[in-house]
Amino acid sequence: MSDIQLWTLVFVILTFGTYIVVAYRSRVSTTSGFYVAGGGIPAPANGAAIAADWMSAASFISMAGIIAFAGNGYGGSVYLMGWTGGYVLLALLLAPYLRKFGKYTIPDFVGDRYNETARMVAVVAAIVVSFVYVAGQMAGVGLVFTRFLQVDSTTGVILGMAIVFFYAVLGGMKGITWTQVTQYSVLIVAYLIPAVAVSAKVTGMPVPMVGFGQILQELDALQTELGIPEYTAAFGSTNMLNMVLITAALMFGTAGLPHVIVRFYTAKSVRAARYSALWALFFIALLYTTAPSVAAFSKLQIIKDVNGTALSDMPSWFNTWSEVGLITQANGSPISDLGANATVAYNDILINNDIIVLASPEIGGLPAPIVGLVAAGALAAALSTASGLLLVISSAVANDVYFKKINPQATEARQLMVGRIAMGGAILVAGYLGINPPGFVAQVVALAFGLAAASFFPILVLGIFWKNCTAMGATAGMIAGLGTTMAYMLWTIDIYGNGEGFFGILETGFGTIGMLINFAVTIIVSQFTPKPSPVMQELVEEIRYPGRSRLVALHAEGALDVEGDLDAGGTGGKH
Amino acid sequence: MDATQRRTYWRRNLRLLAILLTIWALVSFGAGILFVEPLNEIVVAGFPVGFWFAQQGSIIVFVILIAVYVTRMDKLDAEFGIDEYEEEVHHS
Repeated sequence: MSDIQLWTLVFVILTFGTYIVVAYRSRVSTTSGFYVAGGGIPAPANGAAIAADWMSAASFISMAGIIAFAGNGYGGSVYLMGWTGGYVLLALLLAPYLRKFGKYTIPDFVGDRYNETARMVAVVAAIVVSFVYVAGQMAGVGLVFTRFLQVDSTTGVILGMAIVFFYAVLGGMKGITWTQVTQYSVLIVAYLIPAVAVSAKVTGMPVPMVGFGQILQELDALQTELGIPEYTAAFGSTNMLNMVLITAALMFGTAGLPHVIVRFYTAKSVRAARYSALWALFFIALLYTTAPSVAAFSKLQIIKDVNGTALSDMPSWFNTWSEVGLITQANGSPISDLGANATVAYNDILINNDIIVLASPEIGGLPAPIVGLVAAGALAAALSTASGLLLVISSAVANDVYFKKINPQATEARQLMVGRIAMGGAILVAGYLGINPPGFVAQVVALAFGLAAASFFPILVLGIFWKNCTAMGATAGMIAGLGTTMAYMLWTIDIYGNGEGFFGILETGFGTIGMLINFAVTIIVSQFTPKPSPVMQELVEEIRYPGRSRLVALHAEGALDVEGDLDAGGTGGKH
Repeated sequence: MDATQRRTYWRRNLRLLAILLTIWALVSFGAGILFVEPLNEIVVAGFPVGFWFAQQGSIIVFVILIAVYVTRMDKLDAEFGIDEYEEEVHHS
């Protein structure tokens, strides 16, 4: 066993052991504990949990690589701005109000605010988006196990499933939240240490966010030499229209993703929900401001190491990753097809986006324990996101379908049992998808944001800020937004229609257009359909003000008849 | 809160949202994308300024925006005597 394997094993056993202890100590026995951790998570902890939930295998493993290699460098900014800017929308427009509404799931809000048809559309959308996502996480777990521990990917996925099964089924949201707090700590340390070390080594400046400014000029010059647009050049890989549309789709999509929104229900109060959003973005920003520096340092080092070097003189990381097929020739054939004395040009090889972070300690020449730590961090990122998504699936099935539709008389113990069984089932499906990933997963994950932006965001915001938004308006808007976005994606995406599209709009950016269509349709249809009942209008009014209020309390207890008029529903109480 | 107070509270909340969201759009879509080329002419500490906004500055401003929002809302709540936070309901 090599040093790297040994250290990886040490860190994996240590972190997995910690997760099990944390999960065992936060096991639950009530539905509110299972779905929303009893609504009793303090804001900083909730923020760390949201951050871990949010930062997936894609953020941890792939993002720096995408910034460095998918475009010229500047092009990757869409992800940096899109995946953080959405939190401003969440914090200001959704989180406090949804927390005041006090339900368990997004379909719950949609169903109560609008109607049962809308609830079912939301259930389906939430489950589809979550499964698409979770498949990617499980595949990420497999990748880390294969590379660092030399076990096959199936064994890796099964190990990951077993650990998630243990803490998610036992502890529900409470177990997941406290494990995610631990996982955030692991992943951020694992991300920052190599970045700080490399920055200090190359520039003498230990703060990577500041340090990478010093190498940008050199990187620009190298890329010009290689015939690639400069690293910092605006619109070197994506034009202005698409930069705007993709950034917006990712922002509004972030604010419409069910597994993120549900986290604000776990906050203690409206005020705690606001603070959770602040802590969450702060914790996320630590990684997101570091990622572009990892991208720049790695790209510089890789160009210097590889360009014009004979194959026999390559550094060891180059050989390890080309052996597993993640570094290939530009046409996709293996590096080993070249003779040992061949000289490699940077433009002749293709480096997979996923290896940049995993290889960055080796590329920077850091010792084996750090490599092991990064592997454990990647696992933490993948597992924490997977468990959050699985909870959305299980609560949609157990709460929105079983309890609200099939058996409203179910006892708490029975609901909890159904929730645990749904969780178990979801883990099995996720594991299967992780072992046999459908080829289009990577494509679809990027599109999931556009779909979330086009379906959920407008009806959530209008449902809160516009009392006269009607059920028919919202349903029509969701269908129109989702329908046009899906149609455009099927028409333009490479693996399906491969059409030209309008005005050169990329499929990843079309969600923004779909969202605008959704807003327009919802507003227009709402003008011509029956207004929400007076009680519902009053309820929407009440969620605007923090603090205990009678109507919201009645509604939460299920004692409010929203179809009735104001007197029957009773707003006589003091506000 | 009576009806007038509620209207005032809500209007002040909306005004705060409008200001913060304008800044949100200016740093990301403005400085990071629409005006990135002229801003890139200026270089500070090695960073072309437009590029810096797109990869660092906008994220930092986002955190500050939420921080301003939560403190201003705390003040607004206090002014209107809302302090029953911990009792908010949570049920199916």
